[in-house]
Amino acid sequence: MSVITLTIDGHLVSGRAGQSVLEVSRDAGIEIPTLCWLEGLSPWGGCRLCVVELKGEQRLFTSCTTVAAEGMHVVTRSARLENYRRMLVELLLAERNHYCAVCVVDGHCELQSMAARLGVDHVRFDYLNPPLPMDISHDLFGLDHNRCILCTRCVRVCDEVEGAHTWDVRGRGTTERVVIDLDRPWKESTSCTRCGKCVQVCPVGALFHKGVTVGEMVKDNSFLMDIIKRRRSAQPFVERRRS
Amino acid sequence: MTNSTEERKIRLATVWLGGCSGCNMSFLDLGELLIDLSQRTELVYGPFTDIKAFPKDVDITIVEGSINNTENLELYREIRQRTKIVVSFGDCAVTGNVSSLRNVLTPEEVLVQSYGHVPGDPPYGSEASEVLPRLLPKSYPLHHVLPVDAFIPGCPPDPERTWPALLALLEGKRAEPAPEERSFG
Repeated sequence: MSVITLTIDGHLVSGRAGQSVLEVSRDAGIEIPTLCWLEGLSPWGGCRLCVVELKGEQRLFTSCTTVAAEGMHVVTRSARLENYRRMLVELLLAERNHYCAVCVVDGHCELQSMAARLGVDHVRFDYLNPPLPMDISHDLFGLDHNRCILCTRCVRVCDEVEGAHTWDVRGRGTTERVVIDLDRPWKESTSCTRCGKCVQVCPVGALFHKGVTVGEMVKDNSFLMDIIKRRRSAQPFVERRRS
Repeated sequence: MTNSTEERKIRLATVWLGGCSGCNMSFLDLGELLIDLSQRTELVYGPFTDIKAFPKDVDITIVEGSINNTENLELYREIRQRTKIVVSFGDCAVTGNVSSLRNVLTPEEVLVQSYGHVPGDPPYGSEASEVLPRLLPKSYPLHHVLPVDAFIPGCPPDPERTWPALLALLEGKRAEPAPEERSFG
């Protein structure tokens, strides 16, 4: 395993070859804002909050999907980046119907706390207010498209950790939606194992336990790294069995 | 009682537009701090007074609620013209919040769904009338209609976030709340 050295915000830091800029930054204690990224799942690069500047490059790079390289000069904080990050959160808030005061995750929401952290105390853009449905057909879980930010954590955890691939994404742009089993009501899903991992990794109020009311839905995704660590230690055994 | 500072008191107003009045209630939760506030300011308009017309030359106006109908719109224009510092107070003023839940529907649909789930014409309100103000096509945050000078989000903003922000504004500074004091909801 080769070691690489790069500069992040003026600090000389080292990482393992193959790590993303985001991972190296986090290991070095340099926090980069993220919403779609979640440790243990594959990077997606959808929310764009983790954008950084690379010396010698004009455009910005999503640090979660950019592989760290020897000699890289990375800037994670600048007026330009902070402006874009605020704008991104404002666009997320404007795109669908986010009403924190009456949301199941009020007080426990990653979008809500990210907005506060980045200084978004108002949204400059027109709210689109699309008429979006909910799916409360399932007996345990509910899906509210009004709150979804299309981070695809549900899609990834279901595919990569649970192995069911119940979730997917359909459409593009403002018509994009997460779907269950080629767009069926949740209760009709034949692939869903009812494990609830999707609910726990969802950063917003889009997925929730039925029966909770305002502010009652507290998510806990700590199971994710526990499973992944156990799976890694089991890997050699599985490989032995296969051979 | 009059003294030499009396004339220089800051002229403060609070207004209740398209909201539930919870923000003005929460404002009263300042409790004893209201005594401090009354020593520094003169309350020239608000739901707590019986003053009918919005006065001129107001220094700070704290506005609760969104712009929901033609009456809100008219009053807010007046407020903006007559106030130096307009404070968008609470989530309805800042984001539209609960008042704007209706924005997925047209005003006609809102009135039918709320009051007239029977055949026939929707009740008063979607059209201009001499009695009731007309609902606007959507419920708007204040700053989407005319600019505001400070934002205090929260549903409602509790006294712990209202007071430091208000104090800063009274002292002619910018209100710069800590991250945990500026979240929506």
